[in-house]
Amino acid sequence: MSQNPNLKGPALDRSDVRVVHAEGLSGALHTLVGRVKSGDLGMLPVAIGLIVISTVFSILNPIFLAPNNLVNLLFDCATVGIISLGIVCVLILGEIDLSVGSMSGLASAIIGVLWVNSGLPLVVAIGAALVTGALVGALYAFMYNRLGMPSFVATLSGLLALLGLQLYILGPTGSINLPYASPLVRFGQILVMPGWMSALLGLLPGLVMVVVGLSVRKRREAVNLSSQPLSTLFVKAGILTIVIEAIVSYLNLGRGVPWMFGLFVVLAMVLNYGLTRTQWGRSMFAVGGNREAARRSGINVRRIYTSAFVLCSTLGALGGILSASRLASSSQQAGTGDVNLNAIAAAVIGGTSLFGGRGSAYSALLGIIVIQAISNGLTLLNLNSSLRYMITGAVLAIAVIVDSLARRSRVSHGRA
Amino acid sequence: MADRQTEGSATGGPILRLTKISKNFGAVSALTDIDLEVNAGEVVALVGDNGAGKSTLIKVLAGVHQPTSGQIEFCGKPVSLDSPSRALELGIATVFQDLALCENLDVVANLFLGHEVSPWSLDEVAMEVRAWTLLKELAARIPSVREPIASLSGGQRQTVAIARSLLLDPKIIMLDEPTAALGVAQTAEVLNLIERVRERGLGVIIISHNMEDVRAVADRIVVLRLGRNNGVFSPDASNHELVASITGATENAVSRRIERKADVNPLSGSTA
Repeated sequence: MSQNPNLKGPALDRSDVRVVHAEGLSGALHTLVGRVKSGDLGMLPVAIGLIVISTVFSILNPIFLAPNNLVNLLFDCATVGIISLGIVCVLILGEIDLSVGSMSGLASAIIGVLWVNSGLPLVVAIGAALVTGALVGALYAFMYNRLGMPSFVATLSGLLALLGLQLYILGPTGSINLPYASPLVRFGQILVMPGWMSALLGLLPGLVMVVVGLSVRKRREAVNLSSQPLSTLFVKAGILTIVIEAIVSYLNLGRGVPWMFGLFVVLAMVLNYGLTRTQWGRSMFAVGGNREAARRSGINVRRIYTSAFVLCSTLGALGGILSASRLASSSQQAGTGDVNLNAIAAAVIGGTSLFGGRGSAYSALLGIIVIQAISNGLTLLNLNSSLRYMITGAVLAIAVIVDSLARRSRVSHGRA
Repeated sequence: MADRQTEGSATGGPILRLTKISKNFGAVSALTDIDLEVNAGEVVALVGDNGAGKSTLIKVLAGVHQPTSGQIEFCGKPVSLDSPSRALELGIATVFQDLALCENLDVVANLFLGHEVSPWSLDEVAMEVRAWTLLKELAARIPSVREPIASLSGGQRQTVAIARSLLLDPKIIMLDEPTAALGVAQTAEVLNLIERVRERGLGVIIISHNMEDVRAVADRIVVLRLGRNNGVFSPDASNHELVASITGATENAVSRRIERKADVNPLSGSTA
């Protein structure tokens, strides 16, 4: 209010004296601390996780922080990260999909069989894999909506069934190599953005933030609503831009930012728009928070469940295609092991709740960096997979514990 | 209280008229030949014992159940309420007993749930302005519309639920036990709210077990008993009459209790 002397009386949303409103930069900081204390952790677990991981691993092996290792890390992030985006969707509804690993394996097998063995065009193979993903998701939604099967059981049976299908279509050879010179494999292993391009693209998020922030501010002032101070907006956008540009220029010391990671970021941004700025997203959170209330508000609850399961399996298939391109092969091992748990752990570490009704697309983006950093660091230490599985399991457990405790704190602070 | 009734019937004709509504669940007839009329700017209280059919009637009107027989007229035209969304479209809004709010969403999101402004690019500013205007009209005390529902008190949540029912400009709103879970001050707030809704010219149907609340706001009291109409009373009817009609006997647990008290203290029996 103080910065808009032309307004008559207090802003529409500032007339209640009981509410403490954050003013200026220090106010914004205060709000942040208060939120964390009441269990709204946001990005805090990710930040702490990344600091601990990079300190420990860079002491144990200095190569960990080398630019080219981080570039490799981002290549790996993209595949499981895209799977994790789908997991975010089902977690927001309070459901789960345990079969995304198998789905990704099946998709990679479809690519190998249709493209390499049968000689069909690559686009057809990719299309077939994605359609298979969508159909599997639709099947889960049918089992959930019409047959009342808990998603936990439906997708657990899917985990086995899809793995079986993957082994079946791969046949006795078990492994199909994808041609190294093909665009798909180059996309998954080699292609990076030119330095100038990634530096320019890195400016975009901050720019968009300022432009959108200013236009929202203008509209809010026009209707006598309070808006965030300009200083907060510019500082936020500035910090974001500096962080992104610092990371990008460090990566450009090595090979540069992978196109595949760029695809992942774009998908995360699209999903974020869908979840926060559309009626579909609002309905997702409503169904995850209180299914019956959502139904009585006229939301088609079944359609929302269907959209989430279909999206999750389709993104799982896309992740599988990209991991096939990353490994340049479709094998029986694709999608097995820790892929499932990594995808789920990434979403949870990033701040999407297992209990439904809370989450964000960016939680997959940030969470997967933590998860892949751990797995990358352990690989650099030459630990065998027995230890890696144990450590990944422990990380998942810690992530869920943090989620549960934060939820308890939110409930007691009235922020559920 | 008497002049309020004439004022109510003067402000508008009947919005809703039920004729011979029956609802059977298998062999059980939950409602038999119910007649009910609600005028614009009128508060009708629906009272009755447990199992009298109040909630079934509300559910029929909300489009949750379909009547087995009988006719519903809305604004003079016969209608069929075959789904909750049909009822909402016509302008019949319901505040359910459990409120049906999403605790993880903020007040604005809850108010507009399922009816957001511009679905492909939510117009948060327009929705927030509309939310504040609506809450101000109801003189509701909500500290901030950007806080999740989880942080609001019971009375504030009730207010949000009522405000949401008003958002789609309904012609009639139905409140199922709006004060059951509330404290003294919050109950008064909700009753004030109902009076303001009436002043806006809407029809109101309220279900309550609390005779004091019913008498405080209702223009007419409709008693249901075992799924049938069992009398219409004005708010100044005596407690004795009402209870007799609800329970179906002049001799009942409540009247015996009042008599017993009257023996001890003759003044307390003369509430009529």
